[in-house]
Amino acid sequence: MNEMPRNPSPLSTPLRIEDVEASVQRHRARRAARARVSAVLSPLGVVIVLLALWEAGTRAFGVPAFLLPPPSAVAVAIVTHAPLLAAGAWVTTVEILLGFLLSVVVGIPLALMIFLWPPFARAIFPLLVSSQAMPKVAIAPLLLVWFGFGMVPKVLIAFLIAFFPVVINTAVGLAAIEPEKIQLARSMGLSAMDTFFKIRLPDALPSIFGGLKISITLAVVGAVVGEFVGGDAGLGYLLMVANGSMDTQLLFAGIVCLTVLGVVLFGLVELAERLALPRYIISDDKGMGGTL
Amino acid sequence: MSPASPRAENEQPYLHLHGLSKIYASRDGPVRALDQVSLSGRRGEFISIVGPSGCGKSTLLMIAAGLMAPSSGVVMADGETVLAPRTEIGIVFQNPVLLEWRTALGNVMLQAEAKKLERGSAERRARALLAAVGLAGFEDKYPHELSGGMRQRVSICRALIHDPPQLLMDEPFGALDALTRDQLVLDLQRICNERRMTVLFITHSVPEAVFLSDQVIVMTPRPGRIDRVIDIELPRPRTLALRETPEFARYNREILDLFLARGVLREH
Repeated sequence: MNEMPRNPSPLSTPLRIEDVEASVQRHRARRAARARVSAVLSPLGVVIVLLALWEAGTRAFGVPAFLLPPPSAVAVAIVTHAPLLAAGAWVTTVEILLGFLLSVVVGIPLALMIFLWPPFARAIFPLLVSSQAMPKVAIAPLLLVWFGFGMVPKVLIAFLIAFFPVVINTAVGLAAIEPEKIQLARSMGLSAMDTFFKIRLPDALPSIFGGLKISITLAVVGAVVGEFVGGDAGLGYLLMVANGSMDTQLLFAGIVCLTVLGVVLFGLVELAERLALPRYIISDDKGMGGTL
Repeated sequence: MSPASPRAENEQPYLHLHGLSKIYASRDGPVRALDQVSLSGRRGEFISIVGPSGCGKSTLLMIAAGLMAPSSGVVMADGETVLAPRTEIGIVFQNPVLLEWRTALGNVMLQAEAKKLERGSAERRARALLAAVGLAGFEDKYPHELSGGMRQRVSICRALIHDPPQLLMDEPFGALDALTRDQLVLDLQRICNERRMTVLFITHSVPEAVFLSDQVIVMTPRPGRIDRVIDIELPRPRTLALRETPEFARYNREILDLFLARGVLREH
Protein backbone atom coordinates (compact mmCIF):
# COMPACT_ATOMS: atom_id res chain seq x y z
CA MET A 1 0.00 0.00 0.00
CA ASN A 2 2.49 2.61 1.19
CA GLU A 3 4.89 3.73 -1.45
CA MET A 4 8.43 4.25 -0.31
CA PRO A 5 9.43 7.89 -0.19
CA ARG A 6 12.14 8.11 -2.81
CA ASN A 7 15.62 8.74 -1.61
CA PRO A 8 17.37 11.01 -4.13
CA SER A 9 20.67 9.19 -3.94
CA PRO A 10 20.94 5.69 -2.58
CA LEU A 11 24.52 6.29 -1.52
CA SER A 12 23.95 9.45 0.54
CA THR A 13 23.69 9.19 4.31
CA PRO A 14 20.37 7.68 5.47
CA LEU A 15 17.61 10.21 6.17
CA ARG A 16 16.76 10.97 9.78
CA ILE A 17 13.56 9.28 10.93
CA GLU A 18 11.87 12.69 11.39
CA ASP A 19 12.47 13.55 7.73
CA VAL A 20 11.18 10.18 6.59
CA GLU A 21 8.15 10.71 8.79
CA ALA A 22 7.45 14.14 7.29
CA SER A 23 7.85 12.80 3.79
CA VAL A 24 5.52 9.85 4.42
CA GLN A 25 2.96 12.21 5.95
CA ARG A 26 3.17 14.56 2.94
CA HIS A 27 2.74 11.60 0.67
CA ARG A 28 -0.37 10.51 2.48
CA ALA A 29 -1.89 14.01 2.41
CA ARG A 30 -1.27 14.28 -1.33
CA ARG A 31 -2.84 10.91 -1.99
CA ALA A 32 -5.90 11.77 0.13
CA ALA A 33 -6.32 15.09 -1.70
CA ARG A 34 -6.11 13.30 -5.07
CA ALA A 35 -8.72 10.76 -3.95
CA ARG A 36 -11.10 13.54 -2.85
CA VAL A 37 -10.79 15.37 -6.16
CA SER A 38 -11.28 12.23 -8.23
CA ALA A 39 -14.32 11.24 -6.17
CA VAL A 40 -16.00 14.39 -7.54
CA LEU A 41 -14.42 14.61 -10.97
CA SER A 42 -14.76 10.98 -12.11
CA PRO A 43 -18.56 10.69 -11.89
CA LEU A 44 -18.89 14.22 -13.27
CA GLY A 45 -16.69 13.22 -16.20
CA VAL A 46 -18.78 10.14 -16.90
CA VAL A 47 -22.00 12.20 -16.88
CA ILE A 48 -20.52 14.81 -19.23
CA VAL A 49 -19.32 12.13 -21.66
CA LEU A 50 -22.73 10.40 -21.62
CA LEU A 51 -24.56 13.69 -22.20
CA ALA A 52 -22.20 14.56 -25.04
CA LEU A 53 -22.76 11.14 -26.67
CA TRP A 54 -26.51 11.56 -26.26
CA GLU A 55 -26.43 15.07 -27.78
CA ALA A 56 -24.20 13.97 -30.66
CA GLY A 57 -26.21 10.80 -31.27
CA THR A 58 -29.60 12.52 -31.49
CA ARG A 59 -28.15 15.12 -33.86
CA ALA A 60 -26.18 12.70 -36.02
CA PHE A 61 -29.07 10.30 -36.55
CA GLY A 62 -31.74 12.99 -36.68
CA VAL A 63 -33.82 11.41 -33.89
CA PRO A 64 -37.15 13.29 -33.68
CA ALA A 65 -37.51 15.32 -30.47
CA PHE A 66 -40.78 13.62 -29.48
CA LEU A 67 -38.90 10.30 -29.33
CA LEU A 68 -35.67 11.38 -27.68
CA PRO A 69 -34.91 15.07 -27.27
CA PRO A 70 -31.21 16.01 -26.97
CA PRO A 71 -30.05 17.09 -23.48
CA SER A 72 -29.80 20.69 -24.66
CA ALA A 73 -33.53 20.66 -25.49
CA VAL A 74 -34.28 19.15 -22.07
CA ALA A 75 -32.23 21.91 -20.45
CA VAL A 76 -34.16 24.52 -22.41
CA ALA A 77 -37.43 22.88 -21.33
CA ILE A 78 -36.33 22.97 -17.69
CA VAL A 79 -35.58 26.69 -17.95
CA THR A 80 -38.72 27.67 -19.88
CA HIS A 81 -41.01 25.56 -17.70
CA ALA A 82 -39.21 26.41 -14.47
CA PRO A 83 -42.25 27.92 -12.70
CA LEU A 84 -44.42 24.95 -13.68
CA LEU A 85 -41.80 22.45 -12.55
CA ALA A 86 -41.16 24.32 -9.32
CA ALA A 87 -44.85 24.37 -8.46
CA GLY A 88 -45.16 20.66 -9.25
CA ALA A 89 -42.02 19.83 -7.30
CA TRP A 90 -43.37 21.69 -4.29
CA VAL A 91 -46.62 19.71 -4.25
CA THR A 92 -44.81 16.40 -4.74
CA THR A 93 -42.23 17.23 -2.06
CA VAL A 94 -44.96 17.93 0.48
CA GLU A 95 -46.66 14.62 -0.37
CA ILE A 96 -43.37 12.70 -0.11
CA LEU A 97 -42.43 14.30 3.21
CA LEU A 98 -45.88 13.76 4.73
CA GLY A 99 -45.85 10.13 3.56
CA PHE A 100 -42.35 9.65 4.96
CA LEU A 101 -43.18 11.32 8.29
CA LEU A 102 -46.29 9.19 8.60
CA SER A 103 -44.12 6.11 7.94
CA VAL A 104 -41.82 7.11 10.78
CA VAL A 105 -44.59 8.11 13.17
CA VAL A 106 -46.50 4.87 12.56
CA GLY A 107 -43.59 2.56 11.72
CA ILE A 108 -41.36 3.09 14.74
CA PRO A 109 -44.08 2.66 17.42
CA LEU A 110 -45.35 -0.38 15.51
CA ALA A 111 -41.82 -1.83 15.52
CA LEU A 112 -41.58 -1.12 19.27
CA MET A 113 -44.81 -3.00 19.91
CA ILE A 114 -43.65 -5.88 17.70
CA PHE A 115 -40.41 -6.00 19.65
CA LEU A 116 -41.88 -5.63 23.13
CA TRP A 117 -44.88 -7.88 22.76
CA PRO A 118 -44.31 -11.20 20.92
CA PRO A 119 -48.02 -12.19 20.73
CA PHE A 120 -48.68 -8.90 18.95
CA ALA A 121 -45.76 -9.61 16.61
CA ARG A 122 -47.18 -13.03 15.77
CA ALA A 123 -50.62 -11.55 15.16
CA ILE A 124 -49.51 -8.60 13.05
CA PHE A 125 -46.73 -10.12 10.95
CA PRO A 126 -48.87 -11.94 8.36
CA LEU A 127 -50.87 -8.73 7.92
CA LEU A 128 -47.73 -6.64 7.52
CA VAL A 129 -46.26 -8.99 4.96
CA SER A 130 -49.47 -9.17 2.92
CA SER A 131 -49.73 -5.38 3.02
CA GLN A 132 -46.30 -5.42 1.38
CA ALA A 133 -47.14 -8.11 -1.14
CA MET A 134 -50.24 -6.22 -2.23
CA PRO A 135 -49.45 -3.98 -5.24
CA LYS A 136 -50.07 -0.43 -4.06
CA VAL A 137 -50.95 0.73 -7.57
CA ALA A 138 -53.92 -1.61 -7.41
CA ILE A 139 -55.42 0.02 -4.34
CA ALA A 140 -54.66 3.58 -5.46
CA PRO A 141 -58.06 3.89 -7.24
CA LEU A 142 -59.78 2.71 -4.07
CA LEU A 143 -58.03 5.38 -2.01
CA LEU A 144 -59.11 7.88 -4.62
CA VAL A 145 -62.74 6.84 -4.16
CA TRP A 146 -62.43 7.20 -0.41
CA PHE A 147 -60.39 10.37 -0.14
CA GLY A 148 -61.00 12.28 -3.35
CA PHE A 149 -58.45 13.92 -5.61
CA GLY A 150 -56.62 15.98 -3.01
CA MET A 151 -53.33 15.37 -1.32
CA VAL A 152 -54.56 12.70 1.11
CA PRO A 153 -54.56 9.64 -1.20
CA LYS A 154 -51.03 10.46 -2.48
CA VAL A 155 -49.72 10.79 1.05
CA LEU A 156 -51.40 7.51 2.00
CA ILE A 157 -49.91 5.64 -0.97
CA ALA A 158 -46.45 7.05 -0.20
CA PHE A 159 -46.95 5.94 3.40
CA LEU A 160 -48.17 2.46 2.46
CA ILE A 161 -45.09 1.88 0.29
CA ALA A 162 -42.59 3.54 2.62
CA PHE A 163 -43.50 2.36 6.11
CA PHE A 164 -42.54 -1.30 5.75
CA PRO A 165 -38.73 -0.88 5.75
CA VAL A 166 -39.04 1.42 8.78
CA VAL A 167 -40.94 -1.24 10.74
CA ILE A 168 -38.72 -4.13 9.70
CA ASN A 169 -35.38 -2.38 10.16
CA THR A 170 -36.38 -0.94 13.53
CA ALA A 171 -37.69 -4.27 14.83
CA VAL A 172 -34.68 -6.18 13.52
CA GLY A 173 -32.27 -3.56 14.85
CA LEU A 174 -33.82 -3.66 18.34
CA ALA A 175 -33.68 -7.46 18.43
CA ALA A 176 -30.17 -7.78 16.97
CA ILE A 177 -28.27 -6.64 20.07
CA GLU A 178 -25.57 -8.94 21.50
CA PRO A 179 -27.06 -10.84 24.47
CA GLU A 180 -24.02 -9.92 26.60
CA LYS A 181 -24.96 -6.24 26.45
CA ILE A 182 -28.34 -7.05 27.95
CA GLN A 183 -26.81 -9.36 30.59
CA LEU A 184 -24.41 -6.58 31.43
CA ALA A 185 -27.29 -4.14 31.86
CA ARG A 186 -29.12 -6.60 34.13
CA SER A 187 -26.05 -7.26 36.23
CA MET A 188 -25.45 -3.53 36.62
CA GLY A 189 -29.02 -3.05 37.77
CA LEU A 190 -29.81 -0.65 34.93
CA SER A 191 -33.55 0.13 34.87
CA ALA A 192 -35.65 -1.10 31.95
CA MET A 193 -35.98 2.49 30.74
CA ASP A 194 -32.23 3.13 30.90
CA THR A 195 -31.46 -0.22 29.26
CA PHE A 196 -33.68 0.78 26.38
CA PHE A 197 -32.53 4.35 25.91
CA LYS A 198 -28.87 3.96 26.84
CA ILE A 199 -28.15 0.60 25.25
CA ARG A 200 -30.78 -0.94 23.02
CA LEU A 201 -31.97 2.10 21.08
CA PRO A 202 -28.50 3.53 20.28
CA ASP A 203 -27.46 0.02 19.31
CA ALA A 204 -30.36 -0.15 16.83
CA LEU A 205 -29.88 3.33 15.33
CA PRO A 206 -27.69 2.27 12.38
CA SER A 207 -30.30 -0.27 11.39
CA ILE A 208 -33.14 2.24 11.87
CA PHE A 209 -31.42 4.77 9.65
CA GLY A 210 -30.89 2.04 7.04
CA GLY A 211 -34.68 1.63 7.03
CA LEU A 212 -35.29 5.39 6.83
CA LYS A 213 -33.02 5.66 3.79
CA ILE A 214 -34.95 2.96 1.92
CA SER A 215 -38.20 4.51 3.09
CA ILE A 216 -37.52 8.00 1.70
CA THR A 217 -36.76 6.64 -1.78
CA LEU A 218 -39.93 4.53 -1.69
CA ALA A 219 -41.98 7.54 -0.57
CA VAL A 220 -40.96 9.30 -3.80
CA VAL A 221 -42.27 6.33 -5.80
CA GLY A 222 -45.49 6.30 -3.77
CA ALA A 223 -46.24 10.00 -4.28
CA VAL A 224 -45.66 9.77 -8.03
CA VAL A 225 -47.82 6.65 -8.33
CA GLY A 226 -50.58 8.52 -6.48
CA GLU A 227 -50.34 11.44 -8.86
CA PHE A 228 -50.38 9.11 -11.88
CA VAL A 229 -53.62 7.53 -10.79
CA GLY A 230 -55.54 10.61 -9.81
CA GLY A 231 -53.52 13.77 -9.58
CA ASP A 232 -54.30 17.37 -10.41
CA ALA A 233 -50.94 18.75 -9.37
CA GLY A 234 -47.35 17.67 -8.77
CA LEU A 235 -44.51 16.34 -10.87
CA GLY A 236 -46.19 12.98 -11.46
CA TYR A 237 -49.28 14.78 -12.78
CA LEU A 238 -47.00 16.95 -14.94
CA LEU A 239 -45.43 13.81 -16.41
CA MET A 240 -48.89 12.51 -17.33
CA VAL A 241 -49.83 15.84 -18.95
CA ALA A 242 -46.52 16.01 -20.87
CA ASN A 243 -47.03 12.44 -22.00
CA GLY A 244 -50.56 13.14 -23.16
CA SER A 245 -49.45 16.11 -25.26
CA MET A 246 -46.37 14.31 -26.62
CA ASP A 247 -44.20 17.02 -25.03
CA THR A 248 -41.21 14.72 -24.55
CA GLN A 249 -38.88 17.58 -23.57
CA LEU A 250 -41.17 18.43 -20.65
CA LEU A 251 -41.42 14.72 -19.79
CA PHE A 252 -37.65 14.53 -19.55
CA ALA A 253 -37.54 17.78 -17.60
CA GLY A 254 -40.01 16.30 -15.10
CA ILE A 255 -37.95 13.11 -14.77
CA VAL A 256 -34.80 15.16 -14.14
CA CYS A 257 -36.63 17.15 -11.45
CA LEU A 258 -37.93 14.00 -9.76
CA THR A 259 -34.47 12.45 -9.79
CA VAL A 260 -32.90 15.55 -8.27
CA LEU A 261 -35.70 15.68 -5.69
CA GLY A 262 -35.15 12.02 -4.76
CA VAL A 263 -31.40 12.44 -4.42
CA VAL A 264 -31.76 15.60 -2.33
CA LEU A 265 -34.28 13.97 0.05
CA PHE A 266 -32.07 10.89 0.40
CA GLY A 267 -29.12 13.18 1.08
CA LEU A 268 -31.09 14.91 3.83
CA VAL A 269 -31.80 11.59 5.58
CA GLU A 270 -28.12 10.68 5.22
CA LEU A 271 -27.19 14.05 6.70
CA ALA A 272 -29.47 13.38 9.66
CA GLU A 273 -27.77 10.00 10.06
CA ARG A 274 -24.36 11.62 10.04
CA LEU A 275 -25.46 14.10 12.68
CA ALA A 276 -27.02 11.38 14.85
CA LEU A 277 -24.26 8.78 14.58
CA PRO A 278 -20.49 9.03 14.69
CA ARG A 279 -18.87 8.11 11.39
CA TYR A 280 -17.30 4.82 12.54
CA ILE A 281 -20.71 3.38 13.41
CA ILE A 282 -22.15 4.18 10.00
CA SER A 283 -19.21 2.48 8.30
CA ASP A 284 -20.06 -0.91 9.78
CA ASP A 285 -23.77 -0.49 9.15
CA LYS A 286 -25.54 -3.62 10.28
CA GLY A 287 -28.90 -2.54 8.92
CA MET A 288 -30.57 -4.17 5.97
CA GLY A 289 -30.49 -0.97 3.97
CA GLY A 290 -27.45 0.29 2.17
CA THR A 291 -26.77 3.57 0.47
CA LEU A 292 -28.14 4.32 -2.97
CA MET B 1 5.94 -24.06 52.30
CA SER B 2 4.43 -21.03 53.96
CA PRO B 3 0.68 -20.49 53.97
CA ALA B 4 -0.36 -18.56 50.90
CA SER B 5 -2.41 -15.68 52.10
CA PRO B 6 -2.87 -13.75 55.29
CA ARG B 7 -6.61 -14.28 55.02
CA ALA B 8 -8.57 -15.40 58.03
CA GLU B 9 -9.45 -19.08 58.03
CA ASN B 10 -12.35 -19.07 60.43
CA GLU B 11 -14.45 -16.49 58.58
CA GLN B 12 -17.92 -17.26 57.21
CA PRO B 13 -17.79 -17.92 53.47
CA TYR B 14 -18.81 -14.83 51.50
CA LEU B 15 -19.96 -16.81 48.48
CA HIS B 16 -21.48 -20.22 48.86
CA LEU B 17 -22.81 -22.32 45.99
CA HIS B 18 -24.58 -25.41 47.21
CA GLY B 19 -25.53 -28.43 45.10
CA LEU B 20 -26.04 -26.52 41.87
CA SER B 21 -27.41 -28.46 38.93
CA LYS B 22 -28.46 -27.02 35.63
CA ILE B 23 -30.36 -28.92 32.97
CA TYR B 24 -31.16 -27.42 29.59
CA ALA B 25 -34.24 -28.77 27.89
CA SER B 26 -33.63 -29.44 24.23
CA ARG B 27 -35.36 -31.22 21.37
CA ASP B 28 -33.07 -34.21 21.84
CA GLY B 29 -33.92 -34.44 25.51
CA PRO B 30 -32.40 -32.85 28.59
CA VAL B 31 -28.76 -31.72 28.53
CA ARG B 32 -26.87 -31.77 31.80
CA ALA B 33 -24.68 -28.67 32.07
CA LEU B 34 -23.90 -28.79 35.79
CA ASP B 35 -24.19 -31.70 38.18
CA GLN B 36 -24.19 -31.06 41.94
CA VAL B 37 -21.59 -28.31 42.02
CA SER B 38 -20.76 -26.86 45.44
CA LEU B 39 -18.06 -24.41 46.33
CA SER B 40 -17.43 -21.62 48.76
CA GLY B 41 -15.15 -18.64 48.84
CA ARG B 42 -14.19 -16.39 51.70
CA ARG B 43 -14.03 -12.64 51.41
CA GLY B 44 -10.91 -11.66 49.48
CA GLU B 45 -10.34 -15.12 48.09
CA PHE B 46 -9.39 -15.72 44.47
CA ILE B 47 -11.04 -18.84 43.03
CA SER B 48 -10.35 -20.12 39.55
CA ILE B 49 -12.43 -22.64 37.70
CA VAL B 50 -10.62 -24.61 35.01
CA GLY B 51 -12.04 -27.29 32.81
CA PRO B 52 -12.56 -28.33 29.21
CA SER B 53 -14.94 -26.47 26.91
CA GLY B 54 -18.56 -27.35 27.55
CA CYS B 55 -18.06 -28.26 31.20
CA GLY B 56 -20.60 -25.64 32.25
CA LYS B 57 -18.13 -23.06 33.55
CA SER B 58 -19.97 -20.14 31.99
CA THR B 59 -23.31 -21.52 33.18
CA LEU B 60 -21.88 -21.65 36.69
CA LEU B 61 -20.81 -18.04 36.47
CA MET B 62 -24.17 -16.89 35.17
CA ILE B 63 -25.84 -18.66 38.08
CA ALA B 64 -23.38 -17.16 40.55
CA ALA B 65 -24.24 -13.72 39.12
CA GLY B 66 -27.94 -14.33 39.66
CA LEU B 67 -28.48 -13.87 35.91
CA MET B 68 -29.67 -17.45 35.51
CA ALA B 69 -31.62 -19.65 37.88
CA PRO B 70 -30.19 -23.09 38.67
CA SER B 71 -32.42 -26.10 38.04
CA SER B 72 -31.70 -27.09 41.61
CA GLY B 73 -29.41 -25.88 44.35
CA VAL B 74 -28.83 -22.60 46.12
CA VAL B 75 -26.53 -19.60 45.73
CA MET B 76 -25.76 -17.72 48.94
CA ALA B 77 -23.93 -14.42 48.92
CA ASP B 78 -23.03 -12.62 52.12
CA GLY B 79 -25.44 -14.87 54.00
CA GLU B 80 -28.42 -14.26 51.74
CA THR B 81 -30.02 -16.46 49.11
CA VAL B 82 -29.61 -15.08 45.60
CA LEU B 83 -32.90 -14.90 43.69
CA ALA B 84 -32.30 -11.95 41.35
CA PRO B 85 -29.38 -10.49 39.39
CA ARG B 86 -26.70 -9.42 41.86
CA THR B 87 -26.18 -5.80 40.97
CA GLU B 88 -23.54 -5.18 43.64
CA ILE B 89 -20.94 -7.34 41.91
CA GLY B 90 -18.73 -6.67 38.89
CA ILE B 91 -18.73 -8.87 35.80
CA VAL B 92 -16.10 -9.12 33.08
CA PHE B 93 -17.06 -11.15 30.02
CA GLN B 94 -14.76 -12.79 27.50
CA ASN B 95 -15.59 -9.97 25.08
CA PRO B 96 -15.23 -6.46 26.48
CA VAL B 97 -18.92 -5.71 25.66
CA LEU B 98 -18.30 -1.99 25.38
CA LEU B 99 -20.85 0.43 23.94
CA GLU B 100 -19.29 1.57 20.65
CA TRP B 101 -20.84 5.03 20.88
CA ARG B 102 -19.34 5.80 24.28
CA THR B 103 -15.76 6.75 25.06
CA ALA B 104 -13.61 4.67 27.40
CA LEU B 105 -14.60 6.98 30.25
CA GLY B 106 -18.26 6.93 29.17
CA ASN B 107 -18.27 3.14 29.21
CA VAL B 108 -16.87 3.02 32.75
CA MET B 109 -19.39 5.66 33.81
CA LEU B 110 -22.31 3.51 32.60
CA GLN B 111 -21.91 1.47 35.78
CA ALA B 112 -21.91 4.67 37.85
CA GLU B 113 -25.09 5.83 36.08
CA ALA B 114 -26.76 2.50 36.75
CA LYS B 115 -25.82 2.77 40.42
CA LYS B 116 -26.83 6.47 40.56
CA LEU B 117 -23.42 7.36 41.97
CA GLU B 118 -22.63 11.04 42.38
CA ARG B 119 -21.25 12.09 39.02
CA GLY B 120 -18.23 14.18 39.99
CA SER B 121 -16.66 11.73 42.39
CA ALA B 122 -17.55 8.76 40.19
CA GLU B 123 -15.80 10.40 37.26
CA ARG B 124 -12.68 11.10 39.34
CA ARG B 125 -12.70 7.47 40.39
CA ALA B 126 -13.20 6.26 36.81
CA ARG B 127 -10.24 8.35 35.64
CA ALA B 128 -8.09 7.02 38.48
CA LEU B 129 -9.04 3.43 37.63
CA LEU B 130 -8.29 3.93 33.94
CA ALA B 131 -4.94 5.46 34.85
CA ALA B 132 -4.20 2.54 37.17
CA VAL B 133 -4.53 0.06 34.30
CA GLY B 134 -2.38 2.17 32.01
CA LEU B 135 -5.11 3.98 30.11
CA ALA B 136 -4.33 7.54 31.18
CA GLY B 137 -4.74 9.73 28.09
CA PHE B 138 -7.15 7.28 26.48
CA GLU B 139 -10.25 8.36 28.45
CA ASP B 140 -11.83 10.08 25.45
CA LYS B 141 -11.03 7.39 22.89
CA TYR B 142 -13.81 5.29 21.42
CA PRO B 143 -13.62 1.47 21.59
CA HIS B 144 -12.72 1.16 17.89
CA GLU B 145 -9.65 3.30 18.56
CA LEU B 146 -8.40 0.95 21.30
CA SER B 147 -6.59 -2.38 21.03
CA GLY B 148 -8.20 -5.59 22.28
CA GLY B 149 -6.21 -5.49 25.51
CA MET B 150 -7.12 -1.85 26.15
CA ARG B 151 -10.81 -2.59 25.60
CA GLN B 152 -10.70 -5.41 28.11
CA ARG B 153 -8.99 -3.06 30.61
CA VAL B 154 -11.86 -0.61 30.14
CA SER B 155 -14.35 -3.37 30.85
CA ILE B 156 -12.40 -4.31 34.01
CA CYS B 157 -12.56 -0.67 35.16
CA ARG B 158 -16.30 -0.68 34.50
CA ALA B 159 -16.60 -3.76 36.74
CA LEU B 160 -14.63 -2.06 39.52
CA ILE B 161 -15.90 1.52 39.69
CA HIS B 162 -18.54 0.81 42.33
CA ASP B 163 -16.02 -1.08 44.49
CA PRO B 164 -17.77 -4.46 44.28
CA PRO B 165 -17.31 -7.07 46.99
CA GLN B 166 -17.11 -9.72 44.30
CA LEU B 167 -15.80 -9.96 40.77
CA LEU B 168 -16.92 -12.56 38.25
CA MET B 169 -14.69 -13.05 35.24
CA ASP B 170 -15.55 -15.34 32.34
CA GLU B 171 -12.32 -16.09 30.45
CA PRO B 172 -11.52 -12.39 30.41
CA PHE B 173 -8.12 -12.80 28.77
CA GLY B 174 -9.09 -15.57 26.35
CA ALA B 175 -9.04 -13.40 23.25
CA LEU B 176 -5.75 -11.63 23.97
CA ASP B 177 -2.18 -12.29 22.83
CA ALA B 178 0.24 -13.92 25.29
CA LEU B 179 2.15 -10.78 26.23
CA THR B 180 -0.96 -8.68 26.84
CA ARG B 181 -2.35 -11.56 28.84
CA ASP B 182 0.69 -11.67 31.12
CA GLN B 183 0.42 -7.94 31.74
CA LEU B 184 -3.29 -8.10 32.52
CA VAL B 185 -2.78 -11.05 34.86
CA LEU B 186 -0.21 -9.01 36.78
CA ASP B 187 -2.52 -5.98 36.78
CA LEU B 188 -5.40 -8.09 38.04
CA GLN B 189 -3.27 -9.50 40.86
CA ARG B 190 -2.35 -5.99 41.95
CA ILE B 191 -5.95 -4.80 41.81
CA CYS B 192 -7.10 -7.77 43.91
CA ASN B 193 -4.36 -7.19 46.47
CA GLU B 194 -5.51 -3.60 46.93
CA ARG B 195 -9.08 -4.50 47.87
CA ARG B 196 -10.80 -7.40 49.57
CA MET B 197 -12.72 -8.86 46.67
CA THR B 198 -13.89 -12.41 46.22
CA VAL B 199 -13.04 -13.30 42.64
CA LEU B 200 -14.55 -16.13 40.63
CA PHE B 201 -12.32 -16.50 37.61
CA ILE B 202 -13.07 -18.83 34.73
CA THR B 203 -10.21 -19.79 32.47
CA HIS B 204 -8.87 -22.36 30.06
CA SER B 205 -5.32 -21.62 31.08
CA VAL B 206 -3.92 -23.81 33.87
CA PRO B 207 -0.84 -21.63 34.55
CA GLU B 208 -3.03 -18.51 34.70
CA ALA B 209 -5.30 -20.20 37.24
CA VAL B 210 -2.38 -21.37 39.40
CA PHE B 211 -0.69 -17.99 39.21
CA LEU B 212 -3.70 -15.97 40.33
CA SER B 213 -5.61 -18.23 42.68
CA ASP B 214 -5.94 -19.29 46.27
CA GLN B 215 -8.19 -22.12 45.15
CA VAL B 216 -8.29 -23.83 41.76
CA ILE B 217 -11.42 -25.82 41.05
CA VAL B 218 -10.96 -28.43 38.36
CA MET B 219 -14.12 -29.46 36.52
CA THR B 220 -14.84 -32.70 34.68
CA PRO B 221 -16.03 -32.76 31.08
CA ARG B 222 -19.77 -32.65 30.49
CA PRO B 223 -21.74 -32.85 32.69
CA GLY B 224 -19.78 -30.29 34.73
CA ARG B 225 -18.89 -31.75 38.09
CA ILE B 226 -16.17 -30.68 40.50
CA ASP B 227 -13.24 -33.02 40.05
CA ARG B 228 -10.90 -31.61 42.64
CA VAL B 229 -10.32 -28.45 44.63
CA ILE B 230 -6.66 -27.53 44.86
CA ASP B 231 -5.41 -24.96 47.35
CA ILE B 232 -2.54 -22.98 45.89
CA GLU B 233 -0.12 -22.15 48.66
CA LEU B 234 2.35 -19.91 46.92
CA PRO B 235 3.57 -16.66 48.50
CA ARG B 236 2.09 -13.36 47.36
CA PRO B 237 2.61 -11.09 45.56
CA ARG B 238 3.48 -13.56 42.87
CA THR B 239 6.01 -12.60 40.25
CA LEU B 240 6.67 -13.80 36.72
CA ALA B 241 9.76 -15.60 38.02
CA LEU B 242 7.51 -17.73 40.23
CA ARG B 243 6.32 -19.47 37.10
CA GLU B 244 9.76 -21.05 36.71
CA THR B 245 9.80 -22.55 40.22
CA PRO B 246 9.32 -26.27 40.94
CA GLU B 247 6.34 -25.55 43.26
CA PHE B 248 4.51 -23.76 40.47
CA ALA B 249 5.31 -26.59 38.06
CA ARG B 250 4.02 -29.14 40.58
CA TYR B 251 0.60 -27.44 40.78
CA ASN B 252 0.45 -27.26 37.00
CA ARG B 253 1.37 -30.92 36.77
CA GLU B 254 -1.27 -31.91 39.30
CA ILE B 255 -4.01 -30.28 37.26
CA LEU B 256 -2.72 -31.58 33.94
CA ASP B 257 -2.57 -35.10 35.42
CA LEU B 258 -6.24 -34.77 36.29
CA PHE B 259 -7.03 -33.76 32.72
CA LEU B 260 -4.95 -36.69 31.43
CA ALA B 261 -6.76 -39.10 33.74
CA ARG B 262 -10.16 -37.85 32.54
CA GLY B 263 -9.19 -38.03 28.88
CA VAL B 264 -9.45 -34.26 28.45
CA LEU B 265 -5.80 -34.35 27.39
CA ARG B 266 -4.03 -37.25 25.68
CA GLU B 267 -0.30 -37.88 25.44
CA HIS B 268 0.41 -40.07 22.45
